[in-house]
Amino acid sequence: MGSRALLGSVLLAIALTGNGAAPGPGLGQPLSAEAIAAVDLTVMPDGTGLPPGRGDVDTGARVFAAHCQACHGADGGGGPNDALVGGAGSLASAAPVKTIGSYWPYATTVFDYIRRAMPYQQPGSLDTGEVYAVTAYLLHRNGIVDADAVLTEVSLPRVEMPNRGGFELAVEPSATELPP
Amino acid sequence: MPSNRSTPALPPAAGNGLLDRRLFLRGGAAALAGLSLAGARAAEAERQPWARTPGAGMRSYGAPSRHEDHVQRLGISAQPGTNGSGVSRTPLEHLEGTITPNGLMFERHHSGVPDIDPDRHELRIYGRVRRPLRFSMAALDRYPRVTRAYFLECSGNSGVMASAAQPPDLRCGELHGLISASEYTGVPLAALLDEAGLADGAAWVIAEGDDAARMSRSVPLEKAMDDGLLVLYQNGERLRPEHGYPLRLLLPGFEGNMSVKWLRHLHVTGAPAMSREETAKYSDLRPDGRARLFTFPMAVKSVITSPSPGLDLSGPGLYQISGLAWSGRGAVRSVEVSADGGQSWAPAHLEPPVLAKHLTRFRAAWQWNGAPARLLSRASDDTGAIQPTRPAWLARHGGGAFYHYNAIQAWAIDEHGRASNAYG
Repeated sequence: MGSRALLGSVLLAIALTGNGAAPGPGLGQPLSAEAIAAVDLTVMPDGTGLPPGRGDVDTGARVFAAHCQACHGADGGGGPNDALVGGAGSLASAAPVKTIGSYWPYATTVFDYIRRAMPYQQPGSLDTGEVYAVTAYLLHRNGIVDADAVLTEVSLPRVEMPNRGGFELAVEPSATELPP
Repeated sequence: MPSNRSTPALPPAAGNGLLDRRLFLRGGAAALAGLSLAGARAAEAERQPWARTPGAGMRSYGAPSRHEDHVQRLGISAQPGTNGSGVSRTPLEHLEGTITPNGLMFERHHSGVPDIDPDRHELRIYGRVRRPLRFSMAALDRYPRVTRAYFLECSGNSGVMASAAQPPDLRCGELHGLISASEYTGVPLAALLDEAGLADGAAWVIAEGDDAARMSRSVPLEKAMDDGLLVLYQNGERLRPEHGYPLRLLLPGFEGNMSVKWLRHLHVTGAPAMSREETAKYSDLRPDGRARLFTFPMAVKSVITSPSPGLDLSGPGLYQISGLAWSGRGAVRSVEVSADGGQSWAPAHLEPPVLAKHLTRFRAAWQWNGAPARLLSRASDDTGAIQPTRPAWLARHGGGAFYHYNAIQAWAIDEHGRASNAYG
C-alpha cells in the first residue's frame, strides 16, 4: 500500500470513529422512584444513598468474627486476603500497606463496598444494621472511631478518614473536584 | 558467521542488524515465497496420513487445531478462597494481527462470572435524568448499532515489571497479557442517555455490574457521551459470559476496570461515588505517600511479541520482529525498534489501518548475527507522548507503584538465540 493510500485508509478510519449516536426507537420504560430505591446501591461521600439504620462496634465485632475473619484475619489484620486494619504511616515507605485505616479516603466507601460485595461467599446477606456495625468495627479497629461509636446514615458521612487529604486527581477530567 | 545468502541488499536502519522496515513489503517477500514453493514441490510425491482418507466432517462450533492446544490463557490466578476473583492473560506471543480471539481474551473478575439469563436482565438509567428508564435486552437489540475496534487493557497490566527487583522469568503474555483487542458492536451510550434526558448537574455516571461483587465505577459524563459504548457483540458473536454477557460497558482507551461487565445500572450523578475500586484499588500511590485518583486513559505502550521468551531464535539469519503498540489517548504515531539495547533505533512498519485506541501491529526486519543482543520497542502516539524507559517510569511513579505501567520492554537474546525478560 502506498503512503497516499495508507493515509487515505487512516483518514477514513478516523472519520468512522466519530460519535455516531443515531436516534433510537425510544423503547425505554419508565422507572419509578420506588423501583429505583429498591435496587440502588450507590453511596456518595456526602452520605447520599445511605439507608436509615444503625450499628455499633460490639455488634460489628460479632458479625466480623462470623462472616469476615476467615478471609481477613482476626481483628482484620489480613490473611489470606486483604488486611483491613493497620498500615498507618506506611504509605511513604518502601513497603506501603494500604488498608481502610491507612489509605481509604472516605468512610462511606466502606459501607458501600460491604453492602454490595461482602461477605464474599454470600454478598447481600447482611442486613443494614449489620453493615453499619461491621463498618463501625473496622473503623474502630483502625483507631478512627471510639469503642462506643454508633454509626448511622447521619454519623457515617461525618467520619473523617486519616488519609482523606492524601489524594489528588489526575489531570483528567479537568473540571472535577474531590468531594469534601 | 551468518550465511551471506540471506543478507538483504537494503542498507541497515540501525545498529546490530536492524534492516529497513520495507524489506518484508517488497523483494524480501518474493524471495521468501519462492523458498516455500520449492519446499512444497519436493513433498508432492508423498501423501501424508491426513490426505489418504476423507477428513472430518462439519461441526456446529469450531475450535483450533489440536496441534495448537498449547495456546491457552496464561497466568491464571485467583485470590485465596476464591476461584473467580482474579485474572487470566492473553498469550500475546502466540497471536498475530490485532484482534484477539474471544476464547483467549484476558479476564479480570472481582467475584467470578455470573450466569445471566438475558430474558431476566435489564439496564436501568436513573439519577440526574429527566426520565428514569429501564431497558430489556430485547429492547436494546432494536437500537441502532455501530461496530468499532478497540483495545481493552487492565490498569494492572505489566505491573510486575514495576514491582519486581529482578526481571521476572516470564513470557510476553504472562507479563503483558492483560490486554486484548476486539471488534465491538453495540449501542452508543449517548443514545440511551439522550433518551433518558440529562438533568441539571449531571456530570458523572456510576456504572454497576450484575455480578456478585456489584462492581461499580464512576465514569465522567463527558467520556460516556463521547465514545462510550454499550456492547452486545464481540468479534461478531454475542459477548461471552466472562466478558460481560449479555451487556457490558466499553470506554475506549480507559483503564479496563471502568468498562463494567454485566452492566445493569447507569446512575447519573453530580460527583464520583468514590467506590472501593476507584479509590482503594486502581489509584496510583506515589513515593511520597500521596496517591493519584482517576488516571483514566492508558498511556502509550508497545511490546515485541516475537521474538520473545519461549519463541527463541533458531540460528543466525533474517528474522521479522513483530509486536503490538497502542495508546488510550489516540492513535500510535510511530514505533521504533532497537537491537542494541537502545543505543540506536530504527523505525518499524505500522500495519494499516492504524486506529485510535486500538492495537497497531508493527514489524521490523532484523539480521541476527548470532551474538547476544537486546531487543526493545518504543512507541509514540499522536499526542506526542513517548514510552518512557523503566528507570524514568520508576522515578516518576515510585518503587511502590503498580498500576498504569507503560515503560519500554527489553528482551535479551543470548548467543543460543534464547530470549528472556530483561530490564533496560
